[in-house]
Amino acid sequence: MDYNFHWRPVFKSLPDLLESAILTLEVAILSMILGIIFGLALSLIRIHVKGPLKWFAISWIELARNTPALLQLFFFGFGLGAFGIHFSPFLIVLMGLTFNNSGYLAENFRGGFNSIPDTQIRASLSLGMNHFQTYTRIIIPQVLRVVYHPMTNQMVWAVLMSSLGMLVGFRELSGETQFFASKTYRIFEYFAATAVIYYVIVKIILGAARLMASRLFKY
Amino acid sequence: MESSATYFSGFSLNDLWFLGEAALRTLWISFLAISIGSLIGIFLGLALSVSRIFSFTLGAILDIFRSVPLIIQLVLFFNFAPIIGLRLNPFEAGLIVLTVYTSAYVANVARGGIEAVGIPMRQAARSLGMNYWQDLRYVVWPIGLRAVFPAWVGVALGVMKDSALVSILGYVELLKASQILMTRTQEAILILSIAGAFYFALSYPISYYATRLEQRWSK
Repeated sequence: MDYNFHWRPVFKSLPDLLESAILTLEVAILSMILGIIFGLALSLIRIHVKGPLKWFAISWIELARNTPALLQLFFFGFGLGAFGIHFSPFLIVLMGLTFNNSGYLAENFRGGFNSIPDTQIRASLSLGMNHFQTYTRIIIPQVLRVVYHPMTNQMVWAVLMSSLGMLVGFRELSGETQFFASKTYRIFEYFAATAVIYYVIVKIILGAARLMASRLFKY
Repeated sequence: MESSATYFSGFSLNDLWFLGEAALRTLWISFLAISIGSLIGIFLGLALSVSRIFSFTLGAILDIFRSVPLIIQLVLFFNFAPIIGLRLNPFEAGLIVLTVYTSAYVANVARGGIEAVGIPMRQAARSLGMNYWQDLRYVVWPIGLRAVFPAWVGVALGVMKDSALVSILGYVELLKASQILMTRTQEAILILSIAGAFYFALSYPISYYATRLEQRWSK
């Protein structure tokens, strides 16, 4: 083994890496919030609506779940580019992740909604609640319990998937790492440091989720 | 002929052949990674379920592969191999990383399957005179397999989709081939749609079948 490890450049650019890690978190959290909104809408459409809108929801969900995330990113990057629609790398990654998250979350939500018996809806309606109240006070809190764990997993996935940003020129954690690695040729050292940062981010997310769960689901 | 050189040429039948070959490479690397990785993963899952020390140490190690983006693992290993004197081509490096990645996920699934069987059932098997391996083969395997088969299918399909990331090492699988063609023909939508259709046609029927199976078994 005649390779000399040089960690100094990595330590020197650690602040830059950590700053880009925040960008990674930003895009993951944003895509997750949007994904929850779209996913909720898609799952409700898939359950309650008939006609073309339902088929739109189904094709979104199944396309998101059955093609590689990288291909989806390329579609938003290069595919839309063919129509002359160009987005910044940040938006490409955000749209790709949102598309993917919505598909997976929609299926989780659907499982959650299906786990609540219809009798509960009828009971709450007969107690004089309207549909909106039924959903916000009876159904959603119970669904949240069922989908909480899959949602945490999806959040972790969003962070891991955001690393694909480096292939569409987005300078989040991976993109920044690649930039420094190609500048200094210390590829192994930089990517090892980045692996550690990702690991820590994922652990923090899982820890925070566990803490939140113990507060949310006390009863 | 015009005097100026043409930089782009249209999408031709030959290119379809090129994509087809690349699709076979995607299938090949996924097939190898899934089969070898599942085999290793099952034994790792067994080790995880056997002792607490194993489940703590081995579990923590396997956890790393699930908390670091695959793309980082690929770059890291591809650049680490030469340091310890291994000369690997992109296919070999990609295969090794994908296999380890698969086994980390399958180990968790396998542990779930083994734990789904339950101690009393296994004690019953042992008290009927079965030895340890007979217990595993004739009691744990059939029951555990039923419990986690859909989850395993999910992991396998995930690896098939994630194999697209091996393209970053320069292995010309389906997505890399599409990228090459996109650069030459500038017909991103068409080529991405073909690639996407391939992944979808492979993944959707299998995941549909797995959900059906899950529903039938859970009755």
